[in-house]
Amino acid sequence: MGFERVTTLFRRTKHLEQDIDEFLEKIVEAALIFRRALSIYLEHGASEEFDDILNREKHLESRGDTLRRSIETHLYSHTLIPDLRGDVLSLLEDMDDLINEFEGNLFRFSIQQPDIPDEFHRGFAELTETVVTCVESVVMAARAFFRDIRAVRDHNSKVMFYETEADKMSTRLQRSVFASDLPLENKRHISYFVERIDDIANAAEDIADRLAIYAIKREI
Amino acid sequence: MDLTVLLFLASGLFLGWTLGANDAANVFGTAVGTRMVRFYTAAIVCSIFVILGAVVSGGGAAHTLGKLGSVNALPGAFMAALAAGVTVYAMTRSGLPVSTTQAIVGAIIGWNLYSDSVTDATALVTIVSTWFVCPVLAGVVAVPLYKLVDWFVYFGKIHLLRLDAYTRAALIAAGAFGAYSLGANNIANVMGVFVPVSPFTDFSVAGIFNLTSVQQLFLLGAIAIAVGIFTYSKKVMLTVGQDLAPMSPPVAWVVVVAHSVVLFLFASEGLERVLAQAGLPTIPLVPVSSSQAVVGAVIGLGLLKGGHGIRWRVLGAIGAGWITTPIISAFVCFVALFFLENVFNQQVARVVRYDLSPQVIERLAVEGFPVASLADLNGRRYFSAKKYLDVIDDQLPLDSDQRRLLLYYGELGSYHITSDTIRKGRLALSRPQLDAVIALDGRTYQYKWQLAEALARQSVDWRLKPTDVLNKHHNQRINRRLDELYRLFDRY
Repeated sequence: MGFERVTTLFRRTKHLEQDIDEFLEKIVEAALIFRRALSIYLEHGASEEFDDILNREKHLESRGDTLRRSIETHLYSHTLIPDLRGDVLSLLEDMDDLINEFEGNLFRFSIQQPDIPDEFHRGFAELTETVVTCVESVVMAARAFFRDIRAVRDHNSKVMFYETEADKMSTRLQRSVFASDLPLENKRHISYFVERIDDIANAAEDIADRLAIYAIKREI
Repeated sequence: MDLTVLLFLASGLFLGWTLGANDAANVFGTAVGTRMVRFYTAAIVCSIFVILGAVVSGGGAAHTLGKLGSVNALPGAFMAALAAGVTVYAMTRSGLPVSTTQAIVGAIIGWNLYSDSVTDATALVTIVSTWFVCPVLAGVVAVPLYKLVDWFVYFGKIHLLRLDAYTRAALIAAGAFGAYSLGANNIANVMGVFVPVSPFTDFSVAGIFNLTSVQQLFLLGAIAIAVGIFTYSKKVMLTVGQDLAPMSPPVAWVVVVAHSVVLFLFASEGLERVLAQAGLPTIPLVPVSSSQAVVGAVIGLGLLKGGHGIRWRVLGAIGAGWITTPIISAFVCFVALFFLENVFNQQVARVVRYDLSPQVIERLAVEGFPVASLADLNGRRYFSAKKYLDVIDDQLPLDSDQRRLLLYYGELGSYHITSDTIRKGRLALSRPQLDAVIALDGRTYQYKWQLAEALARQSVDWRLKPTDVLNKHHNQRINRRLDELYRLFDRY
């Protein structure tokens, strides 16, 4: 391996590191946009402002896909991290699913426009906040997998904590929805959205579980 | 150099080829097997550094191997190398762990037994003890190195991809060091037996670049190793890579470096000098097994992690190999020498005569040898080193230094110096050295030491310095030149 090839390898590596960082940033951004979008929806319904923010989520999802494909192609075409690239590939795809989940949920809100009475707004906002924090924690765990392997466990425990919290909130919210005087179809509709939002935290927890195994494999 | 010489060297080249095919995998196996480094990159780096190691630093370990027994006829050297090569090949095919070092040591002992030569017990003990020390040392080196890498990765918080890039570069650097150490340490296994009968003479290119006869021999052997690397090692590398698949690339790096450090320690004359200058104990320069160094490093790391997963049966098989390999190789060599001599009429060993003439006894007395017990043997002549020493040993139990003195001073020859032979010999000597040889024109010496002393009287350039590590290089250079003169002027 000549000097030129070594410098090319390091240049390529730096570029790819930046791509991975950007991809993970996109997930956090997607989570924050989701939180903002939901707040707009609860306040103004499927308004023009909501559509704008949904478009932002769509672009973000598309950029996330492009980054993921580019990273995967580079990893395989240049046979980088041969022993761990299968794990990295799975991790990136799982993380990409989180953006898809955020986007999918916003689309559901836009299409189905559930009628959520004011009394449940706080519950929705709290659940969303917890889910977003849970996703932020799993992104931190993923970053740690790349840079600081022993910190993965710390971030994973946060993911577990927020996922449990999200489950509790989801249950509480659904109980109060079904205890209300709303028509059954309305209750079922709201409950469906509560479950979909909570599912994002469940997906984050699944990723954290797999990350724990990847982290053990990554230890030298 | 005629074709016969090349034919006889072929067995050494075959041994070199097997070494390249098998041992290169210890250096680059994991890197190539895990696809961290491409095979051709590995093969090119490995070949260049094996050749450099062999030519630049190959002399140290070869010297110790030479002490074990000096195969003094080209057909004998051919058969010793072939017996070692066949043993390595057969044992590898049978799936038994084998080391080229142990095979060649066995073959040399086989030749010693066949030719009634004496096996230097001190050299043998030194060599055998390193077989135990080598894997242990590799394990000892691997553990702190692993801790260091672990610390570096943990506190450096290096990105996985950057770590991958660093590891690739480090694996290539470690591989280059490993290949250099392999060449320096193991070339003695490949070409060591041919050193006393080297068909080459020293030459220099434009007075800048000197290649001694031994270096030329080692260059040839190293090229054979390089051919082995290019033609056959890929398969072995991929197998090794898969076998060691649970090992992460940074750990693979630790193993390669530990292996290389150990091979280097047992090969570096420079390090030996530095240690001696610092008043520290030196490490014997001995060819050691690169496979066993790798196994030692892996076991060291295994013990660090609690000792689970260590395959003790593999260890047992390696231990058994220390005994079976030299025995098989010695047996194969002994039988093959018999056939080569009696069926193909080749002289596999030159008869070396010894006597205890008054001059020899007088000289031995100067060296502090208890000559009183030799009085009855005065004037007797012997046609094998073993018989010669056995007879004296009956009179006076000999230690290994006394045996060495008797062999050196008692070896009988006939060295006749003529200007014609000097001219034909094309000796690569310094001007004062050559003048000293010319000054002895027309004289005949019965013993090597007489010629050496006559030359030392003529010129300071022929004088040996007191025997210690710091003077070793100087003395080896003079002894090598003297060996060339003995071969050139020998009329016996």
